[in-house]
Amino acid sequence: MNQRATGEAAIEIRDFSFRIEKKEILRGVSFSVYRGEYLSIVGPNGAGKTTLLKCLDRIYTGGKGEIRVFGRPLERYRQKDLARHISYVPQADGRIFPFTVAQFVLMGRYPYFSPFCSISKEDRRAVADAMDLTGIAEFADRRLDTLSGGERQKVYIAAALAQGAEVLLLDEPTTFLDYRHQMEIRDLLARLNTESGATIVAVTHDVNRAATDSHRIVALRQGLVVFCGQPKEIMQPHVLQHIYGTSFLLVPHPKTDLPVIVPHVPQGSEP
Amino acid sequence: MLCLLALFALTVLAGAPFVGGTQVSPRVLWDASDPGKVDILWKIRIPRVLMAFLAGTGLAISGMAFQAVFRNPLATPFTLGVSSGASLGAAVAIHSRLVFSIAGIPAVTWLAFAGAVLAIVLVYGLTRSRRGFSSGTMLLAGVAVSFFFSSILLLLQYLSDFTQTFLMLRWVMGGLDNVVRFHEILDVLPLVVAGSLVILYLTHDLNLLATGEELATARGVEVQRAKIVLFFACSLMVGGVVAVCGPIGFVGLMVPHICRLLVGPDHRWLTPATWLFGGAFLILCDTLARTVRFPTELPVGILTALLGGPFFLWLLLRRSADWDAV
Repeated sequence: MNQRATGEAAIEIRDFSFRIEKKEILRGVSFSVYRGEYLSIVGPNGAGKTTLLKCLDRIYTGGKGEIRVFGRPLERYRQKDLARHISYVPQADGRIFPFTVAQFVLMGRYPYFSPFCSISKEDRRAVADAMDLTGIAEFADRRLDTLSGGERQKVYIAAALAQGAEVLLLDEPTTFLDYRHQMEIRDLLARLNTESGATIVAVTHDVNRAATDSHRIVALRQGLVVFCGQPKEIMQPHVLQHIYGTSFLLVPHPKTDLPVIVPHVPQGSEP
Repeated sequence: MLCLLALFALTVLAGAPFVGGTQVSPRVLWDASDPGKVDILWKIRIPRVLMAFLAGTGLAISGMAFQAVFRNPLATPFTLGVSSGASLGAAVAIHSRLVFSIAGIPAVTWLAFAGAVLAIVLVYGLTRSRRGFSSGTMLLAGVAVSFFFSSILLLLQYLSDFTQTFLMLRWVMGGLDNVVRFHEILDVLPLVVAGSLVILYLTHDLNLLATGEELATARGVEVQRAKIVLFFACSLMVGGVVAVCGPIGFVGLMVPHICRLLVGPDHRWLTPATWLFGGAFLILCDTLARTVRFPTELPVGILTALLGGPFFLWLLLRRSADWDAV
């Protein structure tokens, strides 16, 4: 559906392992994210998806192996420089300081601020652009804690966009949203990918969406990469069963003919 | 709004020296016919008002920074045990009659600073080890550290002779009445100025820390470094203030919250607002404390605590509606 990603790697992960206390969360993970690509990361709960995203943005530090961002080892970046290349949209968080939307989006410009200086014209333009693109300009002066989950998710994405990074990491961007907001966020991400050329790495539980939206899918299970490939390759019962450890029912989509996952019918209610 | 606050602070700063049990009119400034009044103005009132401003500013700014770093409206030098840590440090200096001074700053201040650092490290470590900064854990850790330091302080008082005990007790109540000379102001001034400048330098970082450490990291903040610098700056200010004035409670709680209502949560505006209002607030409290029972006076720490206690309860009761949902 989208234009092809270029062959140049934005992020290369080679044999990366990470443990929290004594528990191994990631084990020998290797894959690359190409520039302009839309990559989804799927897998069961506790597979290490979120941890992996946090390692890429150095929210978690340490770990064995190598991560390169635009060819440069991750540990060689200053945090501010890294923020100019990679931005991060966290999972919905209930605890929020009562900043207004405009104040919060402006904070995305942190990597370009210098102390004691006022906000530059460039900062203001980046903030205005990000708010226009995400359609939140109308509630710029509302407080974050008065927004609905869907609106708040857009604000978080806008702040990440204001950061001006090429790579956008998203942690379950649509999980807690209703259908309309899910569609809006999905369209927004697709637009960012095709029109603005953003490289998108999204963790998600919705394999159907991942298959229709992304160029490639990486699946993790217990910290191991168990699948890495095209959406049509993951949409097979035995592949999905291997990832999630449960059985799947697939039917062809009425319009595209690609297989989609449909829910099992409980035993006994089948005709 | 900031201009109004600045005007308010200036008015208080200029007016307070002329209010008090003994009538001193502004004419004394140019009319030296009554040397007694000139002395009262220049040797007692003005140093005291300046000291109140510095103390109020230092405590309020520290409270503001703690609230952002801990993401918790109840975090203050007082509730985190930083004040008790500084008190203990200062009491140790008084007890052992330490009189050395390094870099022009006396031993009492150095030890108060050390106590403040110790307290913040303990509370931060305790809160951290329980994952996340829930109000419950943080307050518990603060209270525990506070009690621990206070009991050591009591022990010290028990071991001291009568005069020392009285000195410590009076000083623990928190007051500005022992400030009579300018050199004590000179002890505190550099600490408060340095601390304020550091915090002013880090206003963007404070904003981002208030949104959460992970998000701050993702936006490019060197979180560990920023926190260490902030804690250090706050300990410096609280240590300096406590060494001279004793632990004056609740200024760091009330002032940042009132300022947040006035100028909003953005630290670029909140920092100068808190700075101005904190100083003015403590001058007002102190002026009240020294006039209300003239010719004796109330320790200002008791007055701020009387105001702050109900304020604290009010925050605790309504906080579920605000920025701390945990």
